Amino acid sequence: MTTLFGLPIQAISGQLLIGLINGSFYALLSLGLAIIFGLLRVINFAHGTQYMLGAVTAWLLLTVLNIGFWPSLVLAPLIVAVAGLLIERLFLRYLYGLDHLYSLLLTFGLALMIEGLMRDGFGAAGKPYSPPALLTGVVNLGFMILPIYRGFVVVASLIACLSVWLLIEKTKLGAYLRAATENSGLVQAFGVNVPKLLTFTYMLGAGLAALAGVLAAPIYQVSPLMGSNLIIIVFAVVVVGGMGSIMGAIVTGYALGLLEGLTKVFYPQASSIVIFVVMAIVLLVRPAGLFGREA
Amino acid sequence: MTEPHPLPHLQVRGLNGWYGESHVLHGVDIDVHEGETVTLLGRNGAGKTSTLRAITGLLKKREGVIKLKGRDLIGLPTYQAARAGIAYVPEERGIFAGLSVAENLTLPPKVAEGGMSVAEIYRLFPNLEERRNSQGTKLSGGEQQMLAMARVLRNGARLLLLDEPTEGLAPVIVQRIGEVLRTLKASGMTILLVEQNFRFARKVADRFYVMEHGRVVDHLTAAEVPDRLASLQTQLGV
Ligand SMILES: Nc1ncnc2c1ncn2[C@@H]1O[C@H](COP(=O)(O)OP(=O)(O)OP(=O)(O)O)[C@@H](O)[C@H]1O
Ligand SMILES: [Mg+2]
Repeated sequence: MTTLFGLPIQAISGQLLIGLINGSFYALLSLGLAIIFGLLRVINFAHGTQYMLGAVTAWLLLTVLNIGFWPSLVLAPLIVAVAGLLIERLFLRYLYGLDHLYSLLLTFGLALMIEGLMRDGFGAAGKPYSPPALLTGVVNLGFMILPIYRGFVVVASLIACLSVWLLIEKTKLGAYLRAATENSGLVQAFGVNVPKLLTFTYMLGAGLAALAGVLAAPIYQVSPLMGSNLIIIVFAVVVVGGMGSIMGAIVTGYALGLLEGLTKVFYPQASSIVIFVVMAIVLLVRPAGLFGREA
Repeated sequence: MTEPHPLPHLQVRGLNGWYGESHVLHGVDIDVHEGETVTLLGRNGAGKTSTLRAITGLLKKREGVIKLKGRDLIGLPTYQAARAGIAYVPEERGIFAGLSVAENLTLPPKVAEGGMSVAEIYRLFPNLEERRNSQGTKLSGGEQQMLAMARVLRNGARLLLLDEPTEGLAPVIVQRIGEVLRTLKASGMTILLVEQNFRFARKVADRFYVMEHGRVVDHLTAAEVPDRLASLQTQLGV
């Protein structure tokens, strides 16, 4: 058996894969949080709920309407994005001028309410959701056995993150978003409909969370509580990457997922806190985050 | 100088404005006619910037009449006022650090036909073309001011609001900005210029308003300047 640092290479690569998959979810979720915070200055505590809603919507589409994984991969994020539109238009937009605390409390309250309603109507137990037939099975990579669906999740998340990055860095819409992040008043004074831009951004963030939720459904099962555990870690990821930094959110998401996986190999006792330890160190050494601009 | 036209390009009447509870504009009256260059003078804190911000809608708490070619702007959100045909160059220049020079330049969407092309703008400001891939805020102060002006020439708006374009700049750059303003004026642009540099303003403006404590306290034409120089200097504290 091949070994590395005295450990079987299969064990290491297995944990690295789990880390990479977790990192894929961290990256998608922290990316959404970062663009919402960057433009709206809202700390979206409903992000974990939107992730959960993505999974629940996919499950409902399947069990009620018999709509399968592939259409749900598009439909569920769209449906959750429309729910995001309602939240932004009906509530959030009235809080933009105020302290961050108000929108944080609003989204936190909404998250508690939605999760409570879901638990009531849905039960707290996880429901299985099968991966699509095309992606079932495994491939033997020689040094490890890779379940195809898990490989797909990593690739899908990379594609989604890269697309959002290209949208923001390379398009006109992205230039409006970046400019409005710095000085939204001036962008308005140039004739850009900034209120619409804010709504779009919130929808995009919510949709990304829901996409992560759909991708997660076959791996973690579908439950009303699946988001609340994850979101705390994702907030730590965003803090490490730097609030509002797009590339920071993506890179930090994957990196911390991998770090967590490696910690499971070498010092399993610390694996559940390693991200928070990194967060604490970053806050001490570089409060703006690894990729954040110093204020 | 153009003859006063019955319908001014920009008409401001009884404009009041507040920052929160603090009342800073107390009934400002200004007319700017088509093709005219009008300068707002006044000491620090007189309310010049606030007047421009109230016209664009960036100063949200405002009352009175603001008409652009007869169209009332006071109820409109900022982005619609801009689309009605206002090009705004703010006092702090507002160059975006997250955007390249070229992205800064092409950021403002077109609000009307007839703006300059990017090629024409680069002819007017050759340094900007050389630096087009640099980060916007890596430009020198003078280049940033050029960029802030160049940026709004593409969008087709015919009313230019300029807030202290010469502030803190070297004489040769001030001269360059003067040339650009004269070029714009010759092309028929209507300009409302805020300026503390009276020597500069004198070379480009057709008329002047003097502001003090959030009011217009004096008005004179370019022809009246030589006779009024002494009293102006006391008003402006220069
Ligand atoms: N953001 C703000 N909040 C509160 N008060 C403000 C704000 N900006 C300006 N003021 C006040 O409004 C008044 C007018 O300021 P304004 O900036 O319009 O003056 P200005 O004529 O442009 O001065 P300067 O020549 O220094 O640019 C001043 O008393 C100023 O202190
Ligand atoms: Mg000013």
